[in-house]
Amino acid sequence: MTKAQKLVQWDPHNIKAKMLEKYPPKVARKRAKQIMINEAQENSTPEIVANVRTIPGIITMRGCTYAGCKGVIMGPACDIVNLVHGPIGCSFYAWLTRRNQTDGINDTHSNFLPYCMSTDMQDTDIIFGGEKKLETAIQEAYDLFKPKAIAIFATCPVGLIGDDIHAVAKKMCAKFGDCNVFAFSCEGYKGVSQSSGHHIANNQVFTHIVGNSPTEKKGKYKINLLGEYNIGGDGFEIDRIFVKCGISNISTFSGNSTYDKFASANQADLSCVMCHRSINYVADMLETKYGIPWIKVNFIGAEATAKSLRKIAKYFAEKELIDRVEEVIAEEMPAVKAAIKDVLPRTKDKTAMLFVGGSRAHHYQELFRELGMKTLSAGYEFAHRDDYEGRHVLPGLKVDADSRNIEEIKVSADPELYNPRKTAEEVAALEKQGVDFKEYGGLNPIMDEGTLVVDDLNQFEAEKLVELMKPDLFCAGIKEKYSIQKLGIPMKQLHSYDAGGPYAGFRGAVNFYQEIDRLVNSRIWSYMQAPWQKNPELSATYAWE
Amino acid sequence: MRKVAIYGKGGIGKSTTTQNTVAGLAEMGRKVMVVGCDPKADSTRLLLGGLAQKTVLDALREEGEDVELDDIRKAAYGGTWAVESGGPEPGVGCAGRGIITSINMLESLGAYEECEGLDYAFYDVLGDVVCGGFAMPIRDGKAEEIYIVCSGEMMAMYAANNICKGVMKFAQSGSVRLAGLICNSRNVDNEEQMIEEFAKKLGTHMIYFIPRHNDVQRAEINRKTVIEWDPTVSQADEYRGLARAIDSNKNLVIPTPLEIDELEQLLLDFGLLQQA
Repeated sequence: MTKAQKLVQWDPHNIKAKMLEKYPPKVARKRAKQIMINEAQENSTPEIVANVRTIPGIITMRGCTYAGCKGVIMGPACDIVNLVHGPIGCSFYAWLTRRNQTDGINDTHSNFLPYCMSTDMQDTDIIFGGEKKLETAIQEAYDLFKPKAIAIFATCPVGLIGDDIHAVAKKMCAKFGDCNVFAFSCEGYKGVSQSSGHHIANNQVFTHIVGNSPTEKKGKYKINLLGEYNIGGDGFEIDRIFVKCGISNISTFSGNSTYDKFASANQADLSCVMCHRSINYVADMLETKYGIPWIKVNFIGAEATAKSLRKIAKYFAEKELIDRVEEVIAEEMPAVKAAIKDVLPRTKDKTAMLFVGGSRAHHYQELFRELGMKTLSAGYEFAHRDDYEGRHVLPGLKVDADSRNIEEIKVSADPELYNPRKTAEEVAALEKQGVDFKEYGGLNPIMDEGTLVVDDLNQFEAEKLVELMKPDLFCAGIKEKYSIQKLGIPMKQLHSYDAGGPYAGFRGAVNFYQEIDRLVNSRIWSYMQAPWQKNPELSATYAWE
Repeated sequence: MRKVAIYGKGGIGKSTTTQNTVAGLAEMGRKVMVVGCDPKADSTRLLLGGLAQKTVLDALREEGEDVELDDIRKAAYGGTWAVESGGPEPGVGCAGRGIITSINMLESLGAYEECEGLDYAFYDVLGDVVCGGFAMPIRDGKAEEIYIVCSGEMMAMYAANNICKGVMKFAQSGSVRLAGLICNSRNVDNEEQMIEEFAKKLGTHMIYFIPRHNDVQRAEINRKTVIEWDPTVSQADEYRGLARAIDSNKNLVIPTPLEIDELEQLLLDFGLLQQA
């Protein structure tokens, strides 16, 4: 696709109208509220509708509740046996597909990620109930691995036939004594997207694991890193930087994490939230129950990484850490600057679209900005309004029936362990210095005027956007990958990173620059037209002539 | 082969009525298979003279795929065949899914084939049509004639009306039809006239009025149908009458279920008002 084909200037209203024109009136009306033009309005910011049901018939990019619970939150934790109660496909196709990495078995923990465990429900189990089979499977997992914990995940049929997985978990937990067994009612059909699965996972991890560690964790600047899933080794790179700075990461939720790390989360002095959407529940509960404040961080993008490190240092307010962080940034930045100097002439002024996740569509814009690229349109699959417009809209959000379907747990200050890490005065002083607690501004404010923000994009609209705006790069997930590539546009998966990564931190940024340079400057897309498409008429003669 | 399903409120006497009527049909020389669609597996007790048979789902669980028709089908009174679908214990699993599986199983084993020479297949279905599984006998042309057992009691009529809604839904897309109401009397005031009127409003007819009689109870204690227990009693003739009525019935309709107000008004008109 050449530059000449591109429209010089888009009218976002025109694009929006074109996206909606094929829909029946009622569908168009609903979708119109989820397609937002990012522009200043008198006295207010534009509103977007999010976290609502996908209209039946639309080929959505979303996943299911089970995917959010098992695949995203619990999947990356390596020494908890993940046992799926359901037909085998639910387990097999959710097994390691997100490319979350672990450092493998070592002297402190096992690694069960290379195993795919399922009760493999059959017709007979559906008819007669699967509880006995589940019990046998838990016993088998225990006998085989002697794990610290076994997590059980409900799939759709389990909810329909009413197997009481929590009762089975409780029974087996009492039977073993040395293995924590707990269950997740994360049937795929609950809620409107995978987001409800995150919530369910967060609740159970908090209820059954956090606060259970018998050992005291050492370290001077102890933090939790929430909402980092170690895709392609992102977590390894962030941990490398933390170690270099002298920051002790007590617990990552949940990349390369372990049972004991989850269990120790209450010992940290600060929670750093990466993906606000999937984990803000845990951050809030840690604050309420143990007095650990939380801040929003972002380690995607070299500048953002530096900014986040400075924010953490500012919170701890010790010169030693503040200086060390500056030294690390000074040490790491030259390699980043050199890399950007190399690619910038080729990536500058290229355009991108990002439709991914509940935070990535925001975070990755940092990297594109560093590459001199413009994000034309972006949106999330499963985010809520606060992830778009910022947390200030939270009090005004209506809790709909779909959200009420998800258990809401009540957390109060722990009588023994509650210990506010900062006094109200200290918090106020830090806020004055620019450390925002419990604050997330969302996606919309960082996007340019006149760009399109689209919630729960679908295949039709994706193709329409590409056709109308012809971006140089499209970022989404595996379901979108090939349909976009067939349109002649390079496509980068930002869920699983294709085969690449890490893209977080300083070294990750360099990886990303090189990957994007390779993608947007590849000539392969100019060979999309086959010879017979250019010259369709063939001539031939019959052999007997 | 005529494929008949008997529905009605729980405890109304579906199984008793079905088996006694089937005994009447057998006496007339008809070849009948009764398929019990109740996890309790007690729909063929009177025809078999006891509960002692393996259900389709038991067989499927124990034998795996290697099930034969003779494992699940038992010869019963008067040359009839008795099959029990079976299912899970109360409170676990999915009984509806069980019925779907077992009816498909019967089909794949050829229980309905021409060569079996059946005149009738009777499905005796548990209670109300609570979910897709229990609607299985009226889906996909499995059962084509539906009889609803009811009485003049409010809840029995309410259930009958609900079942009609299910039948209507499947009738619009398939071959299933409502064939009539069977009134299994509870000695309610004006019961016969009220059910006749109710049937008319549903677009069908009351095919038979079975009076209440203790001989039914006596025969049940002996694990027999009335006809087998004592062919000479008056109640045996009532079931023969119902069997003949079904055998000659041509009245098959798509029902027109009532609004709840209409149903209540019917009860007022026939029951309470005339009493007062």
